[in-house]
Amino acid sequence: MSAAPGKQTASSVTMDALWSNNPIFRQILGICSTLAVTNLVLNTVVMCVALTLVTALSSLTVSLLRAATPRSIRMMVETLIMAFYVIIVDLALAAYWPEMRRNLGPFVGLIITNCILMGRAEAFAISNPPVLSFVDGFMSGVGYSFILLAIAVVREATGMGSILGHPLPFFGGPYWDKWIIMVMPPGAFFTLAVFIWVFRALSAEKEAKRP
Amino acid sequence: MNDSAGLMNVFVVCFAAAFTGNILLTTFLGMCSFLAVSREVKTAMGLGMAVVFVMTCTTVLNWMLYWWVLVPLHIEFYRFILFIIVIAAFVQFVEMVVERYSPPLYYALGIFLPLITVNCAILGTSLFMVIREYRFGETVGYGFGSGLGWMLAIVAMAGMRQKMAVDRIPKGLQGPGITLIAAGLMALGFVGFTGVLQAR
Repeated sequence: MSAAPGKQTASSVTMDALWSNNPIFRQILGICSTLAVTNLVLNTVVMCVALTLVTALSSLTVSLLRAATPRSIRMMVETLIMAFYVIIVDLALAAYWPEMRRNLGPFVGLIITNCILMGRAEAFAISNPPVLSFVDGFMSGVGYSFILLAIAVVREATGMGSILGHPLPFFGGPYWDKWIIMVMPPGAFFTLAVFIWVFRALSAEKEAKRP
Repeated sequence: MNDSAGLMNVFVVCFAAAFTGNILLTTFLGMCSFLAVSREVKTAMGLGMAVVFVMTCTTVLNWMLYWWVLVPLHIEFYRFILFIIVIAAFVQFVEMVVERYSPPLYYALGIFLPLITVNCAILGTSLFMVIREYRFGETVGYGFGSGLGWMLAIVAMAGMRQKMAVDRIPKGLQGPGITLIAAGLMALGFVGFTGVLQAR
């Protein structure tokens, strides 16, 4: 699936992060801090952009500093780098979009403990050159975002009958009884479970076909 | 405000944190270790107890540092770094103390303690505590209640997974898939508590 170790290129890293080693489907990592805001598409977009930026930039920084970081305290250094970028995001939101910051509540800060950040830093950035690490971090963020966005679209459409606040033709109409449960926490569990089911069923089929 | 009303409020916050606003089932915090460590009731219990302890103590510590140090200095935006450091240092400290004074407890809890540092639920509790502007007593109740709720959820899930291990489940759903569905059903149950007691 992935290229031979030591011979990773930007495109193999991208493919790996987006599909074959997608953090959510393969590893079920990092859903903690973002799943809670997937009841509205807009919140999810903002969270995903923030998360992708923080992952990419912290991967870049970890990689730049990898020669200067002592092995025994590298986790602490990585955490501080992530916290640094999260603070920037938080202050930017506070300055330009205070209501969004209120909507997201503590979840912006929780990006720090998102397993994907630490996962990418430990598994990739600490032992790879900066540019490749940046691509890896960015693509992991994108691979993560598109699934969460899909979840958010399903949840908002079925639960509120709208996308980004605009009513949808069928789901917003009188023929659709809004599934309020979908915008409540249990809905996120069910939607994610179905997504994982579909992905695993598809990829199992593909692997079976391969000689 | 008199004392009995204050105590009542602490109890309400604690109950709400454990049931109606269960940190795992309503905000999905701590999912990673929840999915990874919920295979056996015994280990789930161990991790749960460690979480209750660490969560209560770090939330209280963070409350003190936030309101007595950061707010007077007007550097509230440093709270992310401060909270993370407090949590990491506290976990390290507890690990050393337990190892020194109670080896049996260390072997029971030891492996879980480092895991807790990266548990989003711990940081999440501290951040919620700041946003909701809890007073000191409420913070104690909130930290303890959240930990208790997390432990309840993971122990219940471990019990369910032990039973489910022998069931026939579609291939793609095995493992995390079915666990998430079970968690969703559990969340439905906990949503039912809403309206019994509602904290602000």
